[in-house]
Amino acid sequence: MSLAPDPVLPRMMSDPMLPHGAVIEDIQPEAYGISTFSLVFTDPSQASTYRFQPGQFNMIYLPGFGEVAISISSSPSAPQVIGHTIRYAGSVTRALGRLKVGDLVGVRGPYGSPWPLPKAAGKNLVIVSGGIGLAPLRPALLSILRHREDYGRVVLLYGARTPADLLYTDEFAGWQAGGIEVHSTVDLADENWRGQVGVVPALFYRIRVDPKQTLVMTCGPEIMMRFVIYEALARRIPKEAIFLSMERNMKCAIGFCGHCQFGPTFMCKDGPVLNFAAIEPFFGKEDF
Amino acid sequence: MAQGLPRISANVVVPKPSLQKVFDNLRTSGFSLIGPRVRDGAVVLDVIAGIEDLPVGWTAEQEPARYRLEQTHHQDYFSYGVAPQSWKRFLHLPQVKLFSTVKTGGKWVMEDAPETIPLRAFIGVRACELKAIGIQDRVLLTGEFRDPHYARRRERIFILAANCGRAFSTCFCSSMKTGPKATEGFDLALTELPDAFVMEVGSEMGSEMLRDTSWEPATAFDLGRAAQTVQRAERGMGRQLRTDDLPKLLYENLEHPRWDEVATRCLSCGNCTQACPTCFCVTVEDTCDMKMTAADRTRLWDSCFVREFSHVHGGNIRPTIRARYRQWLTHKLASWIDQFGTSGCVGCGRCITWCPVGIDLTEEIEAIREKVQR
Repeated sequence: MSLAPDPVLPRMMSDPMLPHGAVIEDIQPEAYGISTFSLVFTDPSQASTYRFQPGQFNMIYLPGFGEVAISISSSPSAPQVIGHTIRYAGSVTRALGRLKVGDLVGVRGPYGSPWPLPKAAGKNLVIVSGGIGLAPLRPALLSILRHREDYGRVVLLYGARTPADLLYTDEFAGWQAGGIEVHSTVDLADENWRGQVGVVPALFYRIRVDPKQTLVMTCGPEIMMRFVIYEALARRIPKEAIFLSMERNMKCAIGFCGHCQFGPTFMCKDGPVLNFAAIEPFFGKEDF
Repeated sequence: MAQGLPRISANVVVPKPSLQKVFDNLRTSGFSLIGPRVRDGAVVLDVIAGIEDLPVGWTAEQEPARYRLEQTHHQDYFSYGVAPQSWKRFLHLPQVKLFSTVKTGGKWVMEDAPETIPLRAFIGVRACELKAIGIQDRVLLTGEFRDPHYARRRERIFILAANCGRAFSTCFCSSMKTGPKATEGFDLALTELPDAFVMEVGSEMGSEMLRDTSWEPATAFDLGRAAQTVQRAERGMGRQLRTDDLPKLLYENLEHPRWDEVATRCLSCGNCTQACPTCFCVTVEDTCDMKMTAADRTRLWDSCFVREFSHVHGGNIRPTIRARYRQWLTHKLASWIDQFGTSGCVGCGRCITWCPVGIDLTEEIEAIREKVQR
């Protein structure tokens, strides 16, 4: 403790809650009520040093409205332009939806645990996703495509409520060509849909897996992930090889606000990507 | 004759009126004094001018959902138990502005609001409260991130701890191994005897504040009396909490019927979390002017008993009181251990005393243990 007379301290100095300014470079509509915002930091040094890993998220701030945790959906090999696929769901995201290209937002991050891609090296991957749950998996898919030879068979099982709710559909052909099998499904088909109808976990019946050689990565509604886990376990895939990205209310993203707790896990710093074996005692407990 | 200063970890005897001299020394060194004083029918922690502001002779009867001050007309300064408020409010502020942004020339510009952090001396910190500060240190200072608002205040305090000579009906610090005697983390720690204070020196600064207090080295007799005082408190613990089977007991009983039962009594008011000296949860509030040209972000204490606490788009993770009470107790006594290597409970009993319906966590844990699931 110092006995110096009461110092006047800049309040904002080194506060991890401070956002950095970023400009919206592009807004790409993806599906009904969902757009991808591409952001670039206004501070060049911030822009040039920023790096993230697939599965991590940023806190996006809009003055007067607040902050939201949004996973990064763009390629980790091009971190100067950071993509966020946002569904207009709450007050902040709806306000974001009213912004235009060139507008300014606040960004801090990246936060959270990444997908275990190094662990997947040499193995087969089953990536299972529902709805906007594909957004945090897209950086992983893009990274896999760049280093395709590092992995065995890679399968994407993806579904949404209706065909109009499927994200990144115009990229599917490129992903297939790059060596990722894509199987999609919808809960409710329209007259143009020629694919599968049904829930996402049912797509497991369209593939064969080698349980000893397969890693599962899943993100989507919790109820979907629960059945994805059942299907994976039914195929003797070990719990330790199943990874899921979960969602909880995040106010601070740095483990101080307490809102995102899930048992001993702080979703913001221990998650959002978690190993199923580690959270099994708590997963699926009512209202936990 | 100028008096020397005691060395660190020495025990000295200080005449009771000399406490004022300690206060004067602190004031001269630039500290403002925060200590217990009687107001609104309770002992509150606030600015004190001198020893005349201390709650001499006051004691507080505490029971579940009951707190009553009584004047006993004895001459003890520190016999009031724990105050409703904890020291948390001076370190982990109930409300702190994070930053302001102002729209200038069509762009949002962040504005700093420099602040002055005073030097503060905390007078009469209980052993359990000292441990609580230690727990908040671990939560807010030792992880990957540091909370700068807490850190800045924490660095500028002097702690005069007061060992307990009496335990109250809602106390269970001996179960949590946090008291009734302060063992570390203080500058000075006093044990109050009828005629004097026995003071343990915890730091160089603590020693410095004993200047000209006519202190004397404590004799074996004084130390014996001080030890007896603390033992009296130890023997008088109103409650107990078995901790040997935590966190497992709670993790394995997340669907225990007792959660439904306690939910019929719990009002989900969050008093326990506000009174708790370790609860750290916060929320952030955004405000702006009518023209949307200036916006503030303010951090506020929050509570896991608030409905919106766990809100995510599309719903609420913990919509029932059963789920929220379970979250609080499981965090406090179980998952806290996994997160921070220490229990989140120090056994101060505030959550019991200040629960408007008198829910007693020691009783809830015992009820779960009595009829373990599986």
